[in-house]
Amino acid sequence: MPVAHSPSPATSHGLGHGPGRVPGHVLARTVLAGSGLLAGAAVLAIFAFLAWFSLPLFRGDGLAATLSWSWRPVRGEFGILPMAAGSLALSASAFTLAFPLGVGVCLFACGLGPRPLARLVMAVVRFMTGIPTVVYGFAAAMLLTPLVRRALGGSGYCWLTAALGLALLALPTIVLLLHARMEAAEAELRLTAAALGLTPAQKLLHAVLPACGPGLFAAAVLGFGRCVGDTLIPLMLAGNAAQAPASLLGSLRTLTAHIALVVATDSQSAAYASLFACGLILFLTTLGVNLALRGLRRAPAGRRLRPGGSA
Amino acid sequence: MSRPRPDERLALSWAWLAAGLTLAAVAALVGFLLARGLPVLGLDLLFGSTPPLDALLGRRPVWEGIWPACAGTLSLVLLAGALAVPAGVACGIHLAVFARGRWRDLLRLGVDLLAGVPSILMGLFGFALILLLRHTVLPGANTSLLLAAGCIALLVLPYVASATAAALEGLPEPVRLLGPSLGLDPWQDVRSVLLPAAGRGILGGVILACGRAAEDTAVIMLTGAVAGSGLPSGLTGKFEALPFTIFFLAAQHQTPADLDRAWGAALALLACTTLLLLGARTAHRTLERRWKGGDRP
Repeated sequence: MPVAHSPSPATSHGLGHGPGRVPGHVLARTVLAGSGLLAGAAVLAIFAFLAWFSLPLFRGDGLAATLSWSWRPVRGEFGILPMAAGSLALSASAFTLAFPLGVGVCLFACGLGPRPLARLVMAVVRFMTGIPTVVYGFAAAMLLTPLVRRALGGSGYCWLTAALGLALLALPTIVLLLHARMEAAEAELRLTAAALGLTPAQKLLHAVLPACGPGLFAAAVLGFGRCVGDTLIPLMLAGNAAQAPASLLGSLRTLTAHIALVVATDSQSAAYASLFACGLILFLTTLGVNLALRGLRRAPAGRRLRPGGSA
Repeated sequence: MSRPRPDERLALSWAWLAAGLTLAAVAALVGFLLARGLPVLGLDLLFGSTPPLDALLGRRPVWEGIWPACAGTLSLVLLAGALAVPAGVACGIHLAVFARGRWRDLLRLGVDLLAGVPSILMGLFGFALILLLRHTVLPGANTSLLLAAGCIALLVLPYVASATAAALEGLPEPVRLLGPSLGLDPWQDVRSVLLPAAGRGILGGVILACGRAAEDTAVIMLTGAVAGSGLPSGLTGKFEALPFTIFFLAAQHQTPADLDRAWGAALALLACTTLLLLGARTAHRTLERRWKGGDRP
């Protein structure tokens, strides 16, 4: 709810000295309004830049050349499909690992685990949000990569390693959102569940989880968005060969890592246009994620069981 | 009480397994960081073989230490904060106090969307800006500390704005009615009642934003962070940064000493961001306790 400066009679300011009277205040409000616009303007500017710089691709057969499976800058082939497939494959696999794990952690924290341990787990999850991505990437490169190399062969810098690292990175995002929703639902359903004589496991599985369907979905969407948008984990762990992902032990390159690599190696400017196309794909993906989340927040709560006592 | 059904037993074991895996993963990560990083921590890690005083005063360059990277990250955070905090706080005030109806929803959508933009795209945006400047008014434009700080500021702006808006909107009814009841106009109300009351929450958001600015790597690697440039030479120069140093050393280490330095730098960065996270939570908690106080023993 906004802070009450609504035109309702209870809170309106005296008619005689409205906010428009003092010039300094007009200036202040203009500055504030301008700052309010800043975030939206930045989003539009980012989109405009990405679109403008990828515009050359839409002339001639540029689009067909960009949407191809071959990235060989020396031969003038700038296809970005391997990277798009890499992003999709890596995010999907990391998400497949992280989401069930996140639900498990939430179940543990919401009543299946002993209380002190549950508090510890949530504290650790909050601590995880503060771990820098580059530290995750570095630690995984030093610890996980040799493990994978020794156990399964290959270089260790592969799809599997990156998926494991990325799953760990996305876990707190999923857990914190879902945990908040489950706690709210649990508070609402506690009396009903107690009256029915449900055990904690029965309550969580058959009452609380079904009641936070939208919460589950929101956590999934947000977690997936976190996986798609991350740069450092794939860049440091996935091997970065510009090829379509073929096996869990093979190398892959994501859109995010691709942008970082091409800009860093400063290859010829013909590569840049396709780079901005990568950026555009990423931007539209995260836009979709955000709009989906917004839709979920607005959606009606659905058929909630509401115990009379706590309403 | 009936015996647990198979699905309930399955859920119970899955919950224990998931919690155990998470704890084990974090324990392994932190354990190894401490084991490898702690012995390295010290003046040598910061300054290498350069005498500390000379290094601090910038009289002699530091080659084997992370001091230039620390100085770079510090200047980046301060600069980005100087850009993002005033704008973000103003944005939050406007959202919470002045904007109304559909317009407010639209502005809020802008903040949410900006918060969701992956950091690599902020970096790409900065890089595109340089490309544009080169082709138009400034042929000599290049990636630099100022550009990186600007892009980082865009990255953390939504954190500050949402924290400010949330802190203002979370104030209890009596505080919100105080200003109008005294006949203050909205601007006076914001300045002398609402902002001081919500200060802790805003501070929490600012600290969180600092942590985010200090740890981000994707933005700065596209906008001017390099390895081995020494202390930041100015707004238009390249700079070193702690997260970028870790990334660079992880990929390019040549000696065991390089790798030790990377562990030390990783531990130092983790300690910084954890302290900032704790600071942000403490600030937020004191705000909550101040206004919802009394119900806590």
